[in-house]
Amino acid sequence: MTIIPIGPYHPSLEEPELFRLTVEGEKIVDCDWKTSYNHRGIERIAEGKTYDQCLFLVERVCGICSASHPIAFCNAVEDMAGIEIPERARYIRSIIAELERLHSHLLWFGLAGHYIGYNTVWMWAWRYREPILYLFEKITGNRQSYAMMKVGGVRQDIKDEDLPDIMKVVDDLEPKLNMFIGVALDDPVLAARMKGVGKFSREDAINYCVVGPTARAAGIDMDVRRDEPYAAYDRVDWKVILGESGDVLSQAVVRLLELLESVKIIRQCLREMPHGPISVEVPEILPGEGIGREEAPRGECFHYVRSDGGNCPVRLKIRAPTYNNIPTYKVRVIGETISDATIILASIDPCYSCTERMIRVVEQGRETMGWSDLLTLSQEKTKRIMREMGFNEEDAFRGLRI
Amino acid sequence: MGIKTWALKKSPWVFHLNTGSCNNCDIEILDALTPRFDLERFGILLVGSPRHADALLVTGPVTMQAAPRLRHVYEQAAKPCLVIAVGSCACSCGIFDGSYHIVGPVDKIIPVNIYIPGCPPKPEAIISGVMKALNSL
Ligand code: SF4
Repeated sequence: MTIIPIGPYHPSLEEPELFRLTVEGEKIVDCDWKTSYNHRGIERIAEGKTYDQCLFLVERVCGICSASHPIAFCNAVEDMAGIEIPERARYIRSIIAELERLHSHLLWFGLAGHYIGYNTVWMWAWRYREPILYLFEKITGNRQSYAMMKVGGVRQDIKDEDLPDIMKVVDDLEPKLNMFIGVALDDPVLAARMKGVGKFSREDAINYCVVGPTARAAGIDMDVRRDEPYAAYDRVDWKVILGESGDVLSQAVVRLLELLESVKIIRQCLREMPHGPISVEVPEILPGEGIGREEAPRGECFHYVRSDGGNCPVRLKIRAPTYNNIPTYKVRVIGETISDATIILASIDPCYSCTERMIRVVEQGRETMGWSDLLTLSQEKTKRIMREMGFNEEDAFRGLRI
Repeated sequence: MGIKTWALKKSPWVFHLNTGSCNNCDIEILDALTPRFDLERFGILLVGSPRHADALLVTGPVTMQAAPRLRHVYEQAAKPCLVIAVGSCACSCGIFDGSYHIVGPVDKIIPVNIYIPGCPPKPEAIISGVMKALNSL
């Protein structure tokens, strides 16, 4: 048996991450992974920032999802404060979120091509991604990190005189996407490399609680945009794309077909967007808590916010989709050959910067706290907060007891 | 100009290192290599090992886990080696300043030749920064 380490700084990984593959000959028999190279303590930093500042912070949880995290955060704060956002803001949020899905899926497809040594696909996909970045720059002023969302609405309006140009870019993009999808799905090389690789059953998908395209590729019908509509998704017509086998090919197909759905949503939103205000006055935020869900390109993004009535949240909890999806790597990669390891990993579209957690405390080179100590600390903190908020432990979970 | 500098200016190969960035800077670097901007026309190529690199492109604030590895990578790179800090985080920690898991900006760990601010810097800015770094030799 041989152990092959990939990473932490490896050319095929865009972000630092360490994988240890145990192989017997060509076959992978076990794998392990280590993370937290990119942990930045965002949840902790957020406790010292006002709600407005937090938006810029959560936008930088992950650069690719820089519309998803702010929308999820806004949803959470709006849920907490009971804010209803104006109709036009809903449509604008949908447009930005779908443009993001377009750029993210194209980016993924390009990288997937790169991983299997098909650099033409990479260059192609990224070329068609550029018009979308142009649109972002036109609408928001930034190519990435759009700074578009704010609690109670959006920061910038889409001007009427810009609409024809935006429409035109979207119209020009669609035939290219169609051609691209057709070619990609007919390509015998891509099919040979992706079909039946990294299989993943429906049961596994349920057991591992996967989300997003990874779940839909395995045939699980879930999509936050439809199940718990936010923004303008319940006002436009679109459908959830499902795959069957959960292998790498079906994940690619789900993502590629979602591109067309996104174009459909954007077009309807641009056409039907009503005129009016783009944001509402935010009332004073009272003590309370709220949750926000959002269907990011990689799956459900979840934010939890708690307030004590001050300017800053006392707790912000973020769960990004990769956190759920990445443990499936283990079941999918075992039994495959080593040359398929990277494409299987790439197929869930991992984004590590949102996933990083930290469970060690090191002082002067010595580990002073391990997982269990931290767990105890965490539990004690909950108890302390309960005491401060004036209810005792017995009462706290009464509603949950049957 | 010695022969080393002459060769370095001709076709600099770069190694990209993410020390805790949010991904945006990294995407913009890759973007600079793809057809619209096409950095390769200047002879700039992304390589897979610091030993082959003439320049290190470092993105992100340096996290505790990344700091020793950044130092290690820098030691491995053949000298002279340009270090280019890409993005506000690499230049000054940006929005993550003061976090418990962040050691500091890149220049706290290794010497930096060129700073490219921006969050994220546009590919044009990255290209211009790299060219300035080369012209300064
Ligand atoms: S400078 Fe901005 S875009 Fe670049 S890594 Fe830092 S937060 Fe992300």
